[in-house]
Amino acid sequence: MRPHLKFLSDDIINQITNEGLALLMDPGVRVENAEALDLLANAGADVDFESQVAHIPEDIVRTALETAPSEFYLYDLDGEPVVHYGADSVQFTPGSGALKILDSETQEQRAPVTDDLVKFVKLVEMLPQVDAQSTAFVCSDVPKEIGDLYRLYLALNYMRKPIVTGAFRKDTWWTMKDMLAAVAGGEEALAERPTAIFDVCPSPPLMWSDLTCQNMIDCARHSIPSELISMPMAGATAPVTIAGAVVQHTAECMSGVTICQLAAEGAPIVWGGSPAIFDMREGTTPMGAVGTWMIDVSCAEVGKALGLPTHVYLGMSDAKVVDAQCGLESAGSAQIAALAGVNMVSGAGMMDFESCQSCEKLVIDAEIIGMANRLIAGVEVRDEPIALELMRKMGHRGDYLGQLHTLKWFREEQYIPSEVIDRGSLEAWKKKGRKTTWERAQDRVVALLDTYESPPIADDLRSELRALTLKPAQTFGMDELPPLPED
Amino acid sequence: MPKDILTEITRSLVECEAPDSVAELSQKALEHGEEPLAIINQGLVPGMEIVGEKFQTGEYFLPQMVIAANAMQQAMGLLQPELLARQQNVEVPGVFVIGSVKGDIHEIGKSLVATMMLASGFRVYDLGVDVAPETFVEKVQELDADLLGLSALLTTTMAAQEDVLEALQEAGIRDRVKVMVGGAPVTEEWAESIGADGYAEDVVSAVELAKHLLS
Repeated sequence: MRPHLKFLSDDIINQITNEGLALLMDPGVRVENAEALDLLANAGADVDFESQVAHIPEDIVRTALETAPSEFYLYDLDGEPVVHYGADSVQFTPGSGALKILDSETQEQRAPVTDDLVKFVKLVEMLPQVDAQSTAFVCSDVPKEIGDLYRLYLALNYMRKPIVTGAFRKDTWWTMKDMLAAVAGGEEALAERPTAIFDVCPSPPLMWSDLTCQNMIDCARHSIPSELISMPMAGATAPVTIAGAVVQHTAECMSGVTICQLAAEGAPIVWGGSPAIFDMREGTTPMGAVGTWMIDVSCAEVGKALGLPTHVYLGMSDAKVVDAQCGLESAGSAQIAALAGVNMVSGAGMMDFESCQSCEKLVIDAEIIGMANRLIAGVEVRDEPIALELMRKMGHRGDYLGQLHTLKWFREEQYIPSEVIDRGSLEAWKKKGRKTTWERAQDRVVALLDTYESPPIADDLRSELRALTLKPAQTFGMDELPPLPED
Repeated sequence: MPKDILTEITRSLVECEAPDSVAELSQKALEHGEEPLAIINQGLVPGMEIVGEKFQTGEYFLPQMVIAANAMQQAMGLLQPELLARQQNVEVPGVFVIGSVKGDIHEIGKSLVATMMLASGFRVYDLGVDVAPETFVEKVQELDADLLGLSALLTTTMAAQEDVLEALQEAGIRDRVKVMVGGAPVTEEWAESIGADGYAEDVVSAVELAKHLLS
């Protein structure tokens, strides 16, 4: 039986939905994108083009919620549907878009470069617990104008898993789409078996920037899935109450689903976000706060009730080094998200709010994910009767270890961690060098990278990706791309 | 056929098939005229070696080790009389007596070591739990044992390992047997301080230590 976590009653979900719908009428949504305003106006919304505010009637939103698919798949590069957005499927991907990496040797945060991202992408490929790649951080060795597409270029050279990504500009989205189409074998193939999903972020409260709105419209028109990242900051840019922050998230997501469906009916879109409480002492937005976890999974509950695939940013920490706080915050929130049945949980590897990525944290988080997945697999009755026959056969003998019954079930009943988790005796631990979690994670990173093998990527495809990336790079003053580590 | 059946025995052992399958295959091999020594050395021993390797690389876990060791033991029970009838002997690396010390009723760790020693070819006598020092001494004398294993799970019972070493000393047979100690609270330093010959932290290193002490 699978355990389920719920914070909201049906009545409260109804009320949140109704308040969200009412907010889309008054005060409405400010949309800084002309195309979206036209779409809304044509559909019957009351649009003030000067103030760029759209007042959206309930029926338009309700229709959009109906036409948006309740489920879809992301495909790996072999064409297999490996990530299921829908129902209570739970999957994990690294947090996306960090600006720093925690150095593997010094534990200092520094600006990441090409080699770092390649290493990270390889690690994600090697970790079975991590379901999808993400464009995890922005490389500092290329012009910032191509920071988004360069991440995707690197990832596509080394990955087989699908990828969670996003664009920082309107024009770079098109290059990123071209790269994905090149790998998929054309735009049609990409639409049929999407390998990527684009994060699109409304601005709190109730606003859409030109850029992210355009990205969402372009995705919809190419049948490429997009993922709403609504991020109310409770107490700063949103009501301080948990339920109030969820109302804001609901309104923002409903506006996103509406614009998306008006652009292309039936386009896949995810009810997602990265809401957080606002820390009243430090003025920060902690992702490791229990209040943040409660807002995030409550938001997903509303999305589920409306029949949409869901996403949250959890499984992260605000710690600056990989320490006890880092572990407890990441583990607590990943388990909450899994228990809530959120389809995609972004956050693995991420720390210091959402600003830093760490290879070592990623391999630790993989163990957290393994445990979370075991947790929601629940308690199963494997035999009928459960134990009567076996225990009568064994009587008072304690050697269950030597029974085929043990062999048959132990891998399913237990989650078996890697050596990142120490379960040896004190003496064994001493003998292995008294290593801390951080040191064991360092070892595992090295071991996994040693066994990584490059995926089969054709030379002409490699060159095509390079050419697609080089063009905008040259526009922004970079004549040659940094060499790939194997070059 | 005969060559294949030895490979079959190895495979069955490694794949941890139904409990009787290794013994049944060994019986079949005998009926096909295989020598018991060949069955042991070319069928069972290579199988246990593979299982041990897989355990050390992390592919196998304790259940596979114990199931394979039990299967080997069962097959050996069948082959021993055949060896006797032919007046043959398998080379035994040593005679091993093991037990949990006085006051300690913990069984699992001690039994695992006994099982693995058995599977590694040792002749093993498991005295069980809560074993008095004089019982250890008697058994070592009676069997002229090469090795003695003392297990203790608690810090409170660990001291009883020292009592056994003193009893061996008093009986004047301390020099004739190598003593290995183990258990959760036991450390290398403790082993040294009570004058034991070696300490092992887990089953695999216990077997390695045993072989090392007798080499």
